[in-house]
Amino acid sequence: MENQPKKMAIIASKGTLDMAYPPLILATTAAALGYEVQIFFTFYGLQLLRRDLSHIKISPLANPAMPMPVPMPVMVSMLPGMESMATMMMKQKIKKHGVASLDELRSLCLEADVKLIACQMTIDLFEFDKSEFIDGIDYGGAATFLEFAGQADITLFI
Amino acid sequence: MNFDKELDARGLSCPLPILKTKKALNDLASGQVLKVVATDPGSVKDMQAFANQTGNPLLSTAEENKDFVFFLKKK
Repeated sequence: MENQPKKMAIIASKGTLDMAYPPLILATTAAALGYEVQIFFTFYGLQLLRRDLSHIKISPLANPAMPMPVPMPVMVSMLPGMESMATMMMKQKIKKHGVASLDELRSLCLEADVKLIACQMTIDLFEFDKSEFIDGIDYGGAATFLEFAGQADITLFI
Repeated sequence: MNFDKELDARGLSCPLPILKTKKALNDLASGQVLKVVATDPGSVKDMQAFANQTGNPLLSTAEENKDFVFFLKKK
């Protein structure tokens, strides 16, 4: 009996640096293991499809689970520059520990034929322009994605 | 063990070791052997899972100094 490749469907709804990793890492890994993968980027997840990913940030504010080198009261987290500093520190850690950059993971997705779908509704909602996004992606809606997700072995909402 | 290609995955964290392994295997012919050297401790289980899922047998796993050395055969 021939083995049908397994399918994985991911809905990526977040656009911060910490939440950008789970969908891309899971997708590339699943693709390496032979899964057919589709990621539906909606709401803030659309930020991950922009041409330039250097603007993806992480905020220390209201992120009580974020490990900090020193205890950080909320009053300090909100000060100007703290978000940039947290983002810079996180990117440094990522580089130092040999973790792939978002650009690299996204390129690997495209190479591995992971289907990247941008939510058309969100694009209309925020009045984005298609030229702001990378090439090689599809544009679609929930119904189209649900058709694939309905047959998927793994479906994740991130 | 004889091998046809070596992949240096040292210093790379999950999922890069297996992603690069997959790429390296693509270039090999069936039956050829790939040697992978990694430092990520997670790669031990990852390689096993990769071998199980993709059907490319993991011939051996060894730890040398701080490195993990894997030999995979392309199916």
